[in-house]
Amino acid sequence: MLLADLANPSRFLVLASRLIPWLAGLTVALFAAGLVLVVRSPADYLQGETVRIMYIHVPAAWLSMLTYGIMAVSALGTLVWRHPLADVAARAAAPIGATFTALALVTGSLWGRPMWGTYWEWDARLTSVLVLFIMYLGLIALWRTIEDPTRGARAAAILILVGSVNLPIIKFSVDWWNTLHQPASVFRMDGPTIDATMLLPLAAMALAFTALLVTLHLAAMRNEILRRRIRALGLTAAGAAR
Amino acid sequence: MITSLGPYADFILLSYGAATLTALGLTLWVVLDHRRLRHTLSALEARGLTRRSARAAARIAPETPVDGKLETQA
Repeated sequence: MLLADLANPSRFLVLASRLIPWLAGLTVALFAAGLVLVVRSPADYLQGETVRIMYIHVPAAWLSMLTYGIMAVSALGTLVWRHPLADVAARAAAPIGATFTALALVTGSLWGRPMWGTYWEWDARLTSVLVLFIMYLGLIALWRTIEDPTRGARAAAILILVGSVNLPIIKFSVDWWNTLHQPASVFRMDGPTIDATMLLPLAAMALAFTALLVTLHLAAMRNEILRRRIRALGLTAAGAAR
Repeated sequence: MITSLGPYADFILLSYGAATLTALGLTLWVVLDHRRLRHTLSALEARGLTRRSARAAARIAPETPVDGKLETQA
Protein backbone atom coordinates (compact mmCIF):
# COMPACT_ATOMS: atom_id res chain seq x y z
CA MET A 1 0.00 0.00 0.00
CA LEU A 2 2.82 2.40 0.94
CA LEU A 3 4.75 1.48 -2.22
CA ALA A 4 1.63 2.09 -4.31
CA ASP A 5 1.19 5.49 -2.64
CA LEU A 6 4.84 6.36 -3.29
CA ALA A 7 4.47 5.45 -6.97
CA ASN A 8 3.10 8.95 -7.43
CA PRO A 9 6.14 11.28 -7.71
CA SER A 10 4.15 14.30 -6.48
CA ARG A 11 3.12 12.40 -3.34
CA PHE A 12 6.72 11.26 -2.86
CA LEU A 13 7.94 14.87 -3.11
CA VAL A 14 5.54 15.98 -0.36
CA LEU A 15 6.59 13.08 1.89
CA ALA A 16 10.33 13.62 1.22
CA SER A 17 10.09 17.34 1.94
CA ARG A 18 8.46 16.57 5.28
CA LEU A 19 10.96 13.84 6.24
CA ILE A 20 14.28 15.38 5.13
CA PRO A 21 14.59 18.07 7.88
CA TRP A 22 13.83 15.48 10.60
CA LEU A 23 16.25 12.96 9.12
CA ALA A 24 18.96 15.64 8.83
CA GLY A 25 18.50 16.51 12.52
CA LEU A 26 18.63 12.83 13.48
CA THR A 27 21.83 12.36 11.42
CA VAL A 28 23.58 15.27 13.17
CA ALA A 29 22.51 13.93 16.60
CA LEU A 30 23.70 10.40 15.76
CA PHE A 31 27.08 11.68 14.51
CA ALA A 32 27.50 13.77 17.69
CA ALA A 33 26.72 10.73 19.89
CA GLY A 34 28.94 8.46 17.77
CA LEU A 35 31.92 10.82 17.93
CA VAL A 36 31.59 11.15 21.73
CA LEU A 37 31.73 7.34 21.97
CA VAL A 38 34.72 7.25 19.58
CA VAL A 39 36.64 9.80 21.69
CA ARG A 40 35.86 7.83 24.87
CA SER A 41 36.79 4.45 23.39
CA PRO A 42 40.12 2.87 24.34
CA ALA A 43 43.14 2.43 22.07
CA ASP A 44 43.74 -1.09 20.72
CA TYR A 45 46.47 -3.14 22.46
CA LEU A 46 48.08 -3.91 19.08
CA GLN A 47 47.09 -1.08 16.72
CA GLY A 48 47.14 1.71 19.31
CA GLU A 49 45.21 4.88 18.37
CA THR A 50 45.21 3.89 14.69
CA VAL A 51 42.16 1.71 15.44
CA ARG A 52 40.10 4.93 15.39
CA ILE A 53 40.25 4.86 11.57
CA MET A 54 38.02 1.76 11.85
CA TYR A 55 35.07 3.90 13.04
CA ILE A 56 35.13 5.72 9.68
CA HIS A 57 36.42 3.02 7.35
CA VAL A 58 34.07 0.17 8.30
CA PRO A 59 30.78 2.17 8.10
CA ALA A 60 31.91 3.65 4.76
CA ALA A 61 32.66 0.15 3.44
CA TRP A 62 29.29 -1.17 4.68
CA LEU A 63 27.45 1.72 3.04
CA SER A 64 29.28 1.22 -0.25
CA MET A 65 27.69 -2.26 -0.38
CA LEU A 66 24.33 -1.26 1.13
CA THR A 67 23.91 1.49 -1.48
CA TYR A 68 24.60 -0.97 -4.28
CA GLY A 69 22.07 -3.32 -2.64
CA ILE A 70 19.48 -0.51 -2.76
CA MET A 71 20.31 -0.03 -6.45
CA ALA A 72 19.91 -3.77 -7.12
CA VAL A 73 16.42 -3.78 -5.53
CA SER A 74 15.59 -0.64 -7.54
CA ALA A 75 16.79 -2.38 -10.71
CA LEU A 76 14.32 -5.20 -10.01
CA GLY A 77 11.67 -2.51 -9.49
CA THR A 78 12.47 -1.11 -12.93
CA LEU A 79 12.56 -4.41 -14.81
CA VAL A 80 9.92 -6.48 -12.99
CA TRP A 81 7.40 -4.11 -11.40
CA ARG A 82 8.11 -1.05 -13.60
CA HIS A 83 7.77 1.15 -10.52
CA PRO A 84 7.90 4.83 -11.61
CA LEU A 85 10.38 5.73 -8.87
CA ALA A 86 12.65 2.68 -9.17
CA ASP A 87 15.04 4.20 -11.71
CA VAL A 88 14.89 7.52 -9.84
CA ALA A 89 16.03 5.68 -6.67
CA ALA A 90 18.86 3.84 -8.46
CA ARG A 91 20.11 6.91 -10.28
CA ALA A 92 20.02 9.06 -7.13
CA ALA A 93 21.92 6.42 -5.14
CA ALA A 94 24.83 5.93 -7.58
CA PRO A 95 26.87 9.12 -6.87
CA ILE A 96 26.35 8.64 -3.11
CA GLY A 97 27.47 5.01 -3.31
CA ALA A 98 30.50 5.95 -5.43
CA THR A 99 31.52 8.58 -2.86
CA PHE A 100 31.20 6.18 0.09
CA THR A 101 33.20 3.56 -1.82
CA ALA A 102 35.92 6.13 -2.53
CA LEU A 103 35.94 7.04 1.18
CA ALA A 104 36.27 3.34 2.12
CA LEU A 105 39.20 2.95 -0.30
CA VAL A 106 40.97 6.14 0.90
CA THR A 107 40.54 5.44 4.62
CA GLY A 108 41.51 1.79 4.02
CA SER A 109 44.76 2.96 2.42
CA LEU A 110 45.39 5.39 5.28
CA TRP A 111 44.81 2.56 7.76
CA GLY A 112 46.83 0.06 5.72
CA ARG A 113 50.01 2.14 5.50
CA PRO A 114 50.81 2.15 9.26
CA MET A 115 49.38 -1.36 9.89
CA TRP A 116 50.47 -3.34 6.79
CA GLY A 117 53.30 -1.11 5.61
CA THR A 118 51.59 -0.40 2.28
CA TYR A 119 48.82 1.85 0.99
CA TRP A 120 47.61 -0.72 -1.54
CA GLU A 121 47.78 -4.46 -2.17
CA TRP A 122 46.05 -6.26 -5.03
CA ASP A 123 44.33 -8.72 -2.71
CA ALA A 124 40.79 -10.01 -3.29
CA ARG A 125 38.99 -7.65 -0.87
CA LEU A 126 40.70 -4.45 -2.00
CA THR A 127 40.44 -5.34 -5.68
CA SER A 128 36.73 -6.32 -5.48
CA VAL A 129 35.93 -3.01 -3.73
CA LEU A 130 37.85 -1.16 -6.45
CA VAL A 131 35.71 -3.04 -9.02
CA LEU A 132 32.60 -1.85 -7.12
CA PHE A 133 33.86 1.75 -7.39
CA ILE A 134 34.44 1.34 -11.15
CA MET A 135 30.91 -0.18 -11.48
CA TYR A 136 29.43 2.93 -9.85
CA LEU A 137 31.36 5.21 -12.23
CA GLY A 138 30.34 3.08 -15.23
CA LEU A 139 26.65 3.27 -14.27
CA ILE A 140 26.80 7.05 -13.80
CA ALA A 141 28.43 7.33 -17.25
CA LEU A 142 25.75 5.04 -18.78
CA TRP A 143 22.88 7.14 -17.41
CA ARG A 144 24.52 10.28 -18.77
CA THR A 145 25.14 8.73 -22.18
CA ILE A 146 21.59 7.51 -22.96
CA GLU A 147 19.29 10.50 -23.35
CA ASP A 148 15.98 8.61 -23.36
CA PRO A 149 15.24 7.92 -19.63
CA THR A 150 13.23 4.72 -20.34
CA ARG A 151 16.01 3.11 -22.41
CA GLY A 152 18.62 4.35 -19.98
CA ALA A 153 16.68 2.91 -17.04
CA ARG A 154 16.44 -0.59 -18.57
CA ALA A 155 20.09 -0.67 -19.65
CA ALA A 156 21.27 0.55 -16.24
CA ALA A 157 18.99 -1.92 -14.41
CA ILE A 158 20.46 -4.86 -16.35
CA LEU A 159 24.02 -3.67 -15.67
CA ILE A 160 23.24 -3.13 -11.96
CA LEU A 161 21.90 -6.69 -11.63
CA VAL A 162 24.94 -8.14 -13.43
CA GLY A 163 27.24 -6.09 -11.18
CA SER A 164 25.46 -7.26 -8.02
CA VAL A 165 27.39 -10.55 -8.38
CA ASN A 166 30.30 -8.54 -6.96
CA LEU A 167 28.56 -8.04 -3.57
CA PRO A 168 28.99 -11.63 -2.26
CA ILE A 169 32.49 -11.65 -3.75
CA ILE A 170 33.38 -8.59 -1.64
CA LYS A 171 31.79 -10.07 1.48
CA PHE A 172 33.35 -13.54 1.24
CA SER A 173 36.63 -12.60 -0.48
CA VAL A 174 38.44 -12.69 2.87
CA ASP A 175 37.21 -16.29 3.42
CA TRP A 176 37.63 -17.62 -0.13
CA TRP A 177 41.14 -16.29 -0.72
CA ASN A 178 44.23 -15.68 1.35
CA THR A 179 44.09 -11.90 1.75
CA LEU A 180 46.09 -9.25 3.55
CA HIS A 181 42.75 -7.79 4.65
CA GLN A 182 41.52 -9.28 7.93
CA PRO A 183 38.48 -11.63 7.95
CA ALA A 184 35.03 -10.46 9.11
CA SER A 185 34.98 -9.50 12.78
CA VAL A 186 31.43 -8.13 13.28
CA PHE A 187 28.96 -10.11 11.14
CA ARG A 188 30.03 -13.67 11.95
CA MET A 189 28.09 -16.85 12.63
CA ASP A 190 29.75 -17.12 16.08
CA GLY A 191 29.17 -13.44 16.94
CA PRO A 192 31.44 -10.36 16.84
CA THR A 193 35.07 -10.74 17.88
CA ILE A 194 35.46 -7.04 18.73
CA ASP A 195 35.35 -5.98 22.37
CA ALA A 196 32.14 -4.20 23.44
CA THR A 197 34.11 -1.01 24.22
CA MET A 198 34.91 -0.76 20.49
CA LEU A 199 31.78 -2.43 19.11
CA LEU A 200 29.46 0.20 20.64
CA PRO A 201 31.14 3.26 19.01
CA LEU A 202 31.41 1.31 15.75
CA ALA A 203 27.66 0.54 15.84
CA ALA A 204 26.87 4.17 16.69
CA MET A 205 28.97 5.46 13.78
CA ALA A 206 27.44 2.87 11.42
CA LEU A 207 23.97 4.08 12.46
CA ALA A 208 24.99 7.73 11.89
CA PHE A 209 26.42 6.94 8.44
CA THR A 210 23.24 5.00 7.55
CA ALA A 211 21.07 7.96 8.61
CA LEU A 212 23.26 10.19 6.41
CA LEU A 213 22.76 7.82 3.47
CA VAL A 214 18.96 7.75 3.91
CA THR A 215 18.78 11.57 4.18
CA LEU A 216 21.04 12.16 1.16
CA HIS A 217 19.26 9.51 -0.90
CA LEU A 218 15.81 11.00 -0.26
CA ALA A 219 17.13 14.49 -1.11
CA ALA A 220 18.86 13.21 -4.27
CA MET A 221 15.66 11.37 -5.34
CA ARG A 222 13.70 14.60 -4.88
CA ASN A 223 16.26 16.37 -7.08
CA GLU A 224 16.05 13.63 -9.72
CA ILE A 225 12.24 13.97 -9.93
CA LEU A 226 12.59 17.75 -10.38
CA ARG A 227 15.28 17.18 -13.05
CA ARG A 228 12.89 14.90 -15.01
CA ARG A 229 10.07 17.44 -14.74
CA ILE A 230 12.36 20.15 -16.11
CA ARG A 231 13.35 17.86 -18.98
CA ALA A 232 9.70 17.12 -19.80
CA LEU A 233 8.76 20.81 -19.65
CA GLY A 234 11.74 21.64 -21.87
CA LEU A 235 10.62 19.06 -24.45
CA THR A 236 7.08 20.49 -24.38
CA ALA A 237 8.43 23.99 -24.91
CA ALA A 238 10.62 22.76 -27.79
CA GLY A 239 7.61 20.95 -29.36
CA ALA A 240 5.43 24.06 -29.08
CA ALA A 241 8.12 26.24 -30.66
CA ARG A 242 8.18 24.10 -33.86
CA MET B 1 39.62 8.37 26.26
CA ILE B 2 42.09 9.93 23.81
CA THR B 3 45.16 11.53 25.39
CA SER B 4 47.40 11.51 22.31
CA LEU B 5 46.91 10.21 18.78
CA GLY B 6 50.33 8.55 18.78
CA PRO B 7 52.90 8.25 15.99
CA TYR B 8 50.27 7.82 13.24
CA ALA B 9 48.23 10.91 14.10
CA ASP B 10 48.52 12.19 10.51
CA PHE B 11 46.83 9.08 9.13
CA ILE B 12 43.99 9.29 11.69
CA LEU B 13 43.40 13.00 11.11
CA LEU B 14 43.51 12.57 7.32
CA SER B 15 40.89 9.81 7.57
CA TYR B 16 38.52 11.93 9.66
CA GLY B 17 39.20 14.89 7.36
CA ALA B 18 38.27 12.80 4.31
CA ALA B 19 35.05 11.63 6.04
CA THR B 20 34.11 15.21 6.98
CA LEU B 21 34.80 16.39 3.44
CA THR B 22 32.67 13.52 2.07
CA ALA B 23 29.69 14.23 4.34
CA LEU B 24 29.82 18.01 3.79
CA GLY B 25 30.51 17.67 0.06
CA LEU B 26 27.55 15.34 -0.53
CA THR B 27 25.26 17.55 1.58
CA LEU B 28 26.34 20.69 -0.28
CA TRP B 29 25.87 18.89 -3.61
CA VAL B 30 22.23 17.89 -2.91
CA VAL B 31 21.34 21.28 -1.40
CA LEU B 32 22.84 23.37 -4.24
CA ASP B 33 21.43 21.00 -6.88
CA HIS B 34 17.96 21.34 -5.30
CA ARG B 35 18.18 25.15 -5.32
CA ARG B 36 19.30 25.20 -8.96
CA LEU B 37 16.55 22.80 -10.04
CA ARG B 38 13.81 24.70 -8.18
CA HIS B 39 15.02 27.92 -9.76
CA THR B 40 14.93 26.40 -13.28
CA LEU B 41 11.49 24.85 -12.67
CA SER B 42 10.10 28.15 -11.40
CA ALA B 43 11.49 29.94 -14.47
CA LEU B 44 9.80 27.41 -16.80
CA GLU B 45 6.50 27.68 -14.92
CA ALA B 46 6.71 31.47 -15.08
CA ARG B 47 6.86 31.11 -18.88
CA GLY B 48 3.46 29.42 -18.73
CA LEU B 49 4.61 25.78 -18.96
CA THR B 50 2.67 23.39 -16.73
CA ARG B 51 2.49 19.63 -16.35
CA ARG B 52 -0.60 17.71 -17.48
CA SER B 53 -1.29 16.58 -13.90
CA ALA B 54 -1.18 20.21 -12.70
CA ARG B 55 -3.67 21.16 -15.41
CA ALA B 56 -5.94 18.25 -14.40
CA ALA B 57 -5.77 19.37 -10.78
CA ALA B 58 -6.67 22.89 -11.87
CA ARG B 59 -9.71 21.51 -13.73
CA ILE B 60 -10.91 19.98 -10.45
CA ALA B 61 -10.40 23.35 -8.75
CA PRO B 62 -11.58 25.70 -11.55
CA GLU B 63 -10.77 28.90 -9.66
CA THR B 64 -7.07 28.32 -10.51
CA PRO B 65 -6.38 30.10 -13.84
CA VAL B 66 -4.57 27.85 -16.33
CA ASP B 67 -5.85 29.17 -19.68
CA GLY B 68 -3.22 29.76 -22.31
CA LYS B 69 -0.59 27.56 -20.62
CA LEU B 70 1.20 24.72 -22.32
CA GLU B 71 0.94 21.26 -20.77
CA THR B 72 3.27 18.29 -20.38
CA GLN B 73 3.06 14.77 -19.00
CA ALA B 74 5.92 14.59 -16.46
